[in-house]
Amino acid sequence: MEGFLLLAFIFLIAGVVAVPVASRLRLGSVLGYLIAGIAISPLLAALQVDVISLQHFAEFGVVMMLFLVGLELEPRMLWAMKAKLLGLGGLQVGLTALAVMGVAVVLGQAWSIALAIGLIFALSSTAIVLQTLNEKGLMKSDGGQGSFQVLLFQDIAVIPMLALIPLLAMPELMGLADSAGGAGSGHEAVVQAGATSSHDAGAAPETTSSHDTGPGFVESLPGWQRGLVTIAAIAAVVLGGSLLTRPVFRFIAMAKLRELFTATALMMVIGIALLMSLVGLSPALGTFLAGVVLANSEYRHELESDIDPFKGLLLGLFFMTVGAGIDFALLFDNLAGILALTLGLIALKAGVLLALSFMFRIGGADRWLFALGLAQAGEFGFVLLGFSVTNQVIPAPLADLLLLVVALSMLLTPALFIAYERLILPRHAGRAEPDDAIDDEAPIIVAGHGRFGGIVNRMLLAGGHKTVVLDVSSAQLEMLRAFDIKVFFGDASRPDLLHAAGIHAARMLVVAIDDAEQAVELVRHVSQTHPEVYIVARALNREHVYQLYAAGARDIIRDTFDSAVRAGRSALQALGTHPYDAERQAQGFVRNDRRSLQLLAELYDPDIPAHENAAYVDRAKGLMAEQEAAMRGGSSAFGTRIDRGWSPPTERDVQEEAKGADKAVS
Amino acid sequence: MASLIVYFAHPGHRFSHVNAEMFAEAQAVTGITLVDLYAEYPRFDIDIDREQQRLLDHDVILFQFPLFWYSTPSLVKEWQDLVLEHGFAYGAGGTRLAGKRMMLAITAAGPQDAYAPEGYQHHHLRTFLRPLEQTATLCKMRFLPPYVLYGALKAPAAGQVAPHATGYRRLLEGLRDDRFDAPDAGPQQVLTHDTLPLHKEG
Repeated sequence: MEGFLLLAFIFLIAGVVAVPVASRLRLGSVLGYLIAGIAISPLLAALQVDVISLQHFAEFGVVMMLFLVGLELEPRMLWAMKAKLLGLGGLQVGLTALAVMGVAVVLGQAWSIALAIGLIFALSSTAIVLQTLNEKGLMKSDGGQGSFQVLLFQDIAVIPMLALIPLLAMPELMGLADSAGGAGSGHEAVVQAGATSSHDAGAAPETTSSHDTGPGFVESLPGWQRGLVTIAAIAAVVLGGSLLTRPVFRFIAMAKLRELFTATALMMVIGIALLMSLVGLSPALGTFLAGVVLANSEYRHELESDIDPFKGLLLGLFFMTVGAGIDFALLFDNLAGILALTLGLIALKAGVLLALSFMFRIGGADRWLFALGLAQAGEFGFVLLGFSVTNQVIPAPLADLLLLVVALSMLLTPALFIAYERLILPRHAGRAEPDDAIDDEAPIIVAGHGRFGGIVNRMLLAGGHKTVVLDVSSAQLEMLRAFDIKVFFGDASRPDLLHAAGIHAARMLVVAIDDAEQAVELVRHVSQTHPEVYIVARALNREHVYQLYAAGARDIIRDTFDSAVRAGRSALQALGTHPYDAERQAQGFVRNDRRSLQLLAELYDPDIPAHENAAYVDRAKGLMAEQEAAMRGGSSAFGTRIDRGWSPPTERDVQEEAKGADKAVS
Repeated sequence: MASLIVYFAHPGHRFSHVNAEMFAEAQAVTGITLVDLYAEYPRFDIDIDREQQRLLDHDVILFQFPLFWYSTPSLVKEWQDLVLEHGFAYGAGGTRLAGKRMMLAITAAGPQDAYAPEGYQHHHLRTFLRPLEQTATLCKMRFLPPYVLYGALKAPAAGQVAPHATGYRRLLEGLRDDRFDAPDAGPQQVLTHDTLPLHKEG
C-alpha cells in the first residue's frame, strides 16, 4: 500500500510541478510531462519500478482519448471523411513504411527486419498529437483534421500489422543478435510488456501471461467463426451504444448521485475495451466506434466530462513513463547514432507528409502543422517493437536502440510544435483561411430547459441561432429529443460539463437553472473564467438579482416579475381601467420597481440578510410608501406622470396663457 | 344604409374635455361599428388582417381624435403605417378601398381665428390635414370635410361641449342613414354642429 501511495505521489508531484511550468513557458503540457518523467527516472530506477508495464497501463488513456474523439464526431462526419481517411492515412502509412524500409536496407538490415522497422516507424503518436492539437485549439484546422484522419487510420492499421509481423520472423537472424549482445533490461521489459499490452491481446502468441486481460479465446476458433465473433462484437458496441445508453443512464439518474455517472461512463469504456481485446480488435478503435455512436446522444457532454479527467491523468502518466523509460546509459553510449537516426526519421516522415499535403491540398500553415506534427514515432511503436522481438523478427539489441529512437522522437515532438508556432505561423499570419472559423459547436449555451429556459431556447432557435441545452431531468430530455430539440443531460453548474458543452467557444450563456445558489455560482465561474461570454440570467427574486449582479451577470430577469405585472394589468383592466391606462400603469410600475431595485442595490449587503439590514429596510419602506401613494393617485410619481404627455393644459394654464396673450397684444 | 366604422383614438382620454363626451354620444348610436383604438391596441400590436377586413366591411371610415401637434395621436399613425398596405390600399392592385369615404372628427385646442394666415397657427386647419386628405385620395377614397371643434380646451367653460357632442351623434346617424350630403365648398371647408349638411329624416 505504501509502495503504491509513494509511487502515485512521485508521479503526481512531478506532474503538478512540471506541467504548470511548461505551460507558463508555452511549451505545452506534453513536454512538461515528458520532462517530469525524465526528472523522476533515477528515483524510479532506485525504487525498481517497472516503468514499461506502468506505461502499458497508462496507455489506457489513449483508449479514453479516442472515445472522447469519437464523441465529438457524428457518424455522418466520419462518413464524409472516408476518402481522406483511407487515402491520406493509407498513403502515409504505406509510403513511410517503404521509405523507412529502404533506408534500413541501405543501412545494412535484412529486408524482413527493414520492413518491420518501416511499419513500426510509420505510426505516429496519437497521444501526443491529439493532446497537443486539442490544447492548442488546432483540431478543427485543415492540418488538425488531416492529422486526425492519419492517426485514425494508423490505429486501424495496427491490427493487420500485428498479424503481418510474425510472418516476417527469420530466427536465423536472431541467433546472430543473441550471440552478439544478449538481452538488455529494456528488452526484458518490452517482451513482458508486449504480452501484457492490451493492443496485441488476442493476436499475440504469448497470451498466457497472468497479467493478460485478453485470453484470446478466438485464437482457438476457425477463421470464419473468428470473423463472426468480431462482427458480433462490433455490432454489440454499435447497438448497445445506441439502444442501451438511454435506459441505463435513466436508471442511473434515479439515484441522483454524481459519482454513479462517472462509474457508468468508466464501466462503458472499460467494458468496450475488454470486449475488443477479447475478440482481438484494438480497444482504442472499439471505444472510438462507441464514441461515434454516442455522438448524437443527449448524454454526450456528461460522458465527455466524466471521462475527461481520467483520460488526462492517464495520458499524463503515459507521457511521464515515456520520459522515465529512456535508457540514458544506452543513449549516451550511442548518442551520435541515435540522434542521427531520430532526426533522420523525423525528416523522412515529415518529407512524406509534406508530399501528401500537396496531394491532398492541405495548404498554408496547416501543411507544416500536418508535416511536423506527425513526424514522430508513436506509442504503438513500443508495443510493436516488443512484439517483434518476441516474434523473432527484430533482434533485441537493435530493438533497444529503436526504442530509444521512438522515445526521443516523441520527446522532440513538442519542440516541433513550438517550431511550428514560433517560426511557421508568424509567416502565415493574416492569411488565415476564412473557413477555419467555421465551428460546429453551438455558440449559445442554455443551462436549464424547464418552463423558463425552454421558452428562451425556443425563441433563440426561432431566431435562427444554434443552442446547446443542458438539463438534469432525464424525462424532460427524452420528451425534448422526441421534438428534435438538441439537448444534453448534465448539471450546468459543473465547470467540466460546461467545458464539454463548449463554453470556451460560446458567445452567450443563458442561466435558467432552478437552484438559486447554483445559478450564482455558475455565473461567477463563467464571468471569471470566460469574461467574453455574455450572460443572461434568470433571477428568482430581488436578492437573487443582487447576487447575480455581484457575480457578474448583466442581463438579469426576474422569472415571475413580468408575468406578475401582466396579471396585475389584467386585474386592473377587469376592474374597469381602460386597457391603455392599465398598460401605462403597468409600464410605470415596472419603471418604478426598477428604480427602487437600483436604489436598494446600493444598500444591499450580501453578508447581511436583507431584513436585518436597517438602511435597506428603511429605504424599502420609503419606496413602498411612495409607490402606494402613486397608486392612489396622490403623488407626482408614476400614477399621474405616465399621462403627462397627453394631459392638456389645466383651466388655470389656459387663463394664464390668455392673460399673457392679452398683455402681448396690448 | 351605409355601413360606418368610427375609430376613436385618445391616449389621455381621462383628461379629455370633449372627445370623451363625443365618444359617449357615439356609443348611443346603433348600427355602426365603434372602435376605441387605444383600448384594442394598448401595446400597439395592431392586427393588420383584422383591420383590413374591417375596412372592407364598411363604406365610411371615420377617425375621431384630438389634434396633437397638427397630426393624429401616434397610434393612428401606427395604424396607417401598418394597415394601409401596398397592394391593399394603394399601389399595384391596391384598389380595395376604392370608392369608400373617409372623414375626420377632430378637436383643436386653438381658437378658430388662430387657424388662418394672419392667426398664430398661420394656416387654415385643412392645410394641416393635407397628409390625411392625400392618404384618402391615394387610396381612391373620397375625403369628406372634417367635423371640427375649435378652442376645445375652453369649450366646457363656453358651454360648447354638449352641442358639439350631440351634433356628432347626428352626424354619425346621418352618415349611417345616407342623409349626409356635403356639397363641395372649397378646400378650406370644415363642418361644425350648426353647419351639418344633413337631409331631414324619413
